[in-house]
Amino acid sequence: MKELSKKVLEGDIRAASRLIRNLEDQIPNTYIAMQEIFGKTGNAHVVGITGAPGAGKSTLTDELICAYRKKGDTVGVLAVDPTSPFSGGALLGDRIRMLRHAEDTGVFIRSLATRGAMGGISKAVGEAIHVMDVLKKSKIIVETVGVGQQEVDIINHAHTVAVVLVPGMGDEIQALKAGLMEIADIFIINKADRDGAGKLYKETLNMVNMSKDNKNGAQGWRIPVLLVESVLEPIKFAESVEALRDKIDEHYQYLIDNDLLSERMRRKTTAELNEALWGTILQPILKDLHADGEINRLVDKLLTKASDPYSLAAEVASKYMK
Amino acid sequence: MFTEELLDKSSLMRKKWEDEVKKVIAKNADQKERWSTVSDLEIKRIYGPEDIKDMDFARDIAYPGQFPYLRGNQATGYRGKYWTFRMFSGMGTAVETNKRWHYLLTTGQTGLSTAFDFPTLMGYNTDSPKAKGECGKCGVAIDTIDDFRDLIKGIPLDKITTSMTINPPATALWAMYCASAEQQGIPLSKIGGTIQNDMLKEFIAQKTLMCPPEPSVKLISDTIEFGTQYVPKWNTISISGYHIREAGATAVQELAFTLRDGMEYVEDAIRRKGLHVDQFAPRLSFFFNAHIDFFEEIAKLRAARRIWAKAMRERYNSQDPRSWWMRFHTQTAGCSLTAQQPYNNVVRTAVEALAAVLGGTQSLHTNSLDEVLCLPSDHAVQIALRTQQLIAEETGVCNTIDPLAGSYFVEALTNEMEEKAWEYIHKIDDMGGMVAAIDKGFPQMEISDAAYKFQQQIDAQEKIMIGVNKYIEEDETVDIPFLEIDDSVEAEQLERLAAVKRKRDGRKLAECLKDLGNACKKGDNVMPYCIEAVKNYATVQEICDVYREVYGEYRDPGIY
Amino acid sequence: MSNRKIRVLLAKPGLDGHDRGARVIARCFRDAGFEVIYTGCHQTPEMIAAVALQEDVDVVGLSCLSGAHNYLFPQVAKLLQDKGANDITVIGGGIIPEKDMAGLYEAGIKEIFTPGATLDSLVEWINNNVNPKE
Ligand SMILES: Nc1nc2c(ncn2[C@@H]2O[C@H](COP(=O)(O)OP(=O)(O)OP(=O)(O)O)[C@@H](O)[C@H]2O)c(=O)[nH]1
Ligand SMILES: [Mg+2]
Repeated sequence: MKELSKKVLEGDIRAASRLIRNLEDQIPNTYIAMQEIFGKTGNAHVVGITGAPGAGKSTLTDELICAYRKKGDTVGVLAVDPTSPFSGGALLGDRIRMLRHAEDTGVFIRSLATRGAMGGISKAVGEAIHVMDVLKKSKIIVETVGVGQQEVDIINHAHTVAVVLVPGMGDEIQALKAGLMEIADIFIINKADRDGAGKLYKETLNMVNMSKDNKNGAQGWRIPVLLVESVLEPIKFAESVEALRDKIDEHYQYLIDNDLLSERMRRKTTAELNEALWGTILQPILKDLHADGEINRLVDKLLTKASDPYSLAAEVASKYMK
Repeated sequence: MFTEELLDKSSLMRKKWEDEVKKVIAKNADQKERWSTVSDLEIKRIYGPEDIKDMDFARDIAYPGQFPYLRGNQATGYRGKYWTFRMFSGMGTAVETNKRWHYLLTTGQTGLSTAFDFPTLMGYNTDSPKAKGECGKCGVAIDTIDDFRDLIKGIPLDKITTSMTINPPATALWAMYCASAEQQGIPLSKIGGTIQNDMLKEFIAQKTLMCPPEPSVKLISDTIEFGTQYVPKWNTISISGYHIREAGATAVQELAFTLRDGMEYVEDAIRRKGLHVDQFAPRLSFFFNAHIDFFEEIAKLRAARRIWAKAMRERYNSQDPRSWWMRFHTQTAGCSLTAQQPYNNVVRTAVEALAAVLGGTQSLHTNSLDEVLCLPSDHAVQIALRTQQLIAEETGVCNTIDPLAGSYFVEALTNEMEEKAWEYIHKIDDMGGMVAAIDKGFPQMEISDAAYKFQQQIDAQEKIMIGVNKYIEEDETVDIPFLEIDDSVEAEQLERLAAVKRKRDGRKLAECLKDLGNACKKGDNVMPYCIEAVKNYATVQEICDVYREVYGEYRDPGIY
Repeated sequence: MSNRKIRVLLAKPGLDGHDRGARVIARCFRDAGFEVIYTGCHQTPEMIAAVALQEDVDVVGLSCLSGAHNYLFPQVAKLLQDKGANDITVIGGGIIPEKDMAGLYEAGIKEIFTPGATLDSLVEWINNNVNPKE
């Protein structure tokens, strides 16, 4: 594992991708490599792109990569797609829209499957961000799976969250009220060629103006609403994505200037600690219980009402945590 | 269709028959439970008057040359003229393909059809890095008008019609044809032929991609407009279901998506160009696949004519019967052929060709037995062509028009095809049209579903392909002679292209390309500018690069 | 014992757009529990190799029906070898004449699947021949 982290720190792409894979596959001892790496992280600006399935997240990410490259940034992309609940397999389809960057050594794109995680990203995303970070990518873009209102784990990992909305989805505004408002630092109105884009823009703007404050922990930041030109107008599209890039960077600068970044980092780090605790404490126990079939015996007790989940959990805890 | 009395009688008799069937299968079960077409459409054990009782002869069937043209556009059927025997060919350099064409014309072929190599099809020159290894492999390489002139050398352009299978660069290749004709002193009003020029099916199925759907349709409307004004005998589009089917679609999907594509083009030409439907609709042509499921294919082709006639008259208020006619070319199904026991492909192709003829095709390409393995050899092409001639002149199927009309089964299946196709068409209407549906990935996903299901059925032996999943010959050695394009073709073509680039007037060319770009930006018709550009030796890629720059480049979204 | 999920890159080098096979296989691999990245049509060998490295795939499946496989397949294998990724299994499919096979195997293509191969046989081949390292 040390060998691997050494290579990653030297900038070896394959090794980095393998390390991310070890994290995804939960290979034992991967934490040793991460221990080496953790101290060197924290330099990159992490941008989350989220929104409904098919909203144009990947298409935007693709163009955003161009915009950042133009400015001299290096870019890492973590693109998350859903795992099939039936087979455990996945079609990782985001990457296909970003293929033109394949040979650009300043860009590293890695596709991840959710592997059953429900929050719109995969469990490995947080650590994968660290890996991208030590590869010295200055911008790390995380594209979530097409999410509904519940899948908002991205806020635990990104400094800036951009929420993509498109006209014609019917109940956008409802959704906004319900959840996305809470996580957005920037709203993007996409697919400007579609009927209703102007209307959606106005509605979103109204809503943003009505809400008192950014709930996402950035006091005083007025959530901007950006209308991105249609991808069908390539030149204008590129220009408006450059404007988006500048807005994203402005938000990051705002966090820094107003000492808000640390707050986000705290949240992010807390989430990571949670994950690590889960991984180190709970996971081995669960593995143990599964390995010797104990889990089935416990479940049997519940089915026959011989015990209840709370008592059993307490029993297990007292056995393992002496 | 039938009197009450007859229907009553029939239903009694049917009941009796059903009881008999039940008795028999109680003792001897059928070979399999479910019987369905290659598209997995379930077929009944028998069809009778009940199955077509709601049909109205005058409204739904009628005679050939009568609305709704179920039985054919022409009153005389194949007695007046057989379909055009049109074999697709092209390989290597223009000079070689030209030689092959001259040979084909001596064998009784009545129309030419060009296969271009992949770089040409995609709008790249032979000297593009993307073209490496592909030059001349699956068709003829055309970079400039010099190649084009070699291609058509000695072919009387006012007598022989030429079909060009070309899509994104269709404007460039058609411009070369027009410019060459003019230079030979043949007026544009005299030349006839077809460019495939159907981009929607590229997004749906075949993936020869250049610009996004919207501007692609615009370019097509340009050609429709230009043809209407100056080249009235040219078919400016061949709306193709062939590739949709090859990509794994069912017969119904092929039918529905192709016709909906056609409607999209009609709507765009009316809206964008202000043309009246009857100004251009008579020159729209179609291109279908003839797959292995005999009756399903016949039903599909008959239904196609009826749907189109209705759509033209009712959706677009067309007044001219020539607009109501669906004219189509058919090709037997490449995807039904097998690399295993390849001589069986002759039989498959014959059955498929027969279906196309009984479905009333106007033009036919029959695949060669070796096409799955390599470029077709002369001998294989000859057998394929003879298959058509044999059907036409030996079998007697052309003696009478639409011989299957009135068959309970064929009419019921035709109706079912039509109904299911309209369902799809309306669904796509609701999505906002075909461009919008493509954007959603709808037709692509439907086809992928069907293709995956079919492959699973093959693997489970629910569907049979002889030699592939049944009657397999272990250790089969294939003794097909291989025709191959060797890599010297690439070197030769590179040299030809370099020579043209040396001799042309760079300043003049740059001006032409700039004018073309401006026309694109302003929304003007690109055709006159294309013709000017190719006359000044613009390459196919140079013209396409202008489009890519102005309209943006479209990459395969890889929907599956 | 391995938790490893097999990752596959399916790519269509060259200019032909006959992606029916690739699309069907992509779905089949997903249903077999693999993580599949499909590049779509018209990729260069350079792009394919770069993506394979970034995605840390175990298998690169190439499909080509244009006849240019003798250039494209070995080129992908070579680029991977140049980058030290010898452990990535490269397989190919399409209309590959018998006489081209030896040359392709020689160039590092591990297996060639021709029309008629069942989906199960593909999955089985991968399960038997691809063992992602810890
Ligand atoms: N009309 C229109 N279509 C667009 C635009 N931007 C993207 N699309 C199309 O929308 C579809 C989905 O785009 P993606 O970028 O894959 O969307 P996504 O949000 O990443 O999708 P998932 O990752 O599957 O949730 C594609 O067909 C795009 O071509 C736009 O501005 N206008
Ligand atoms: Mg995406």
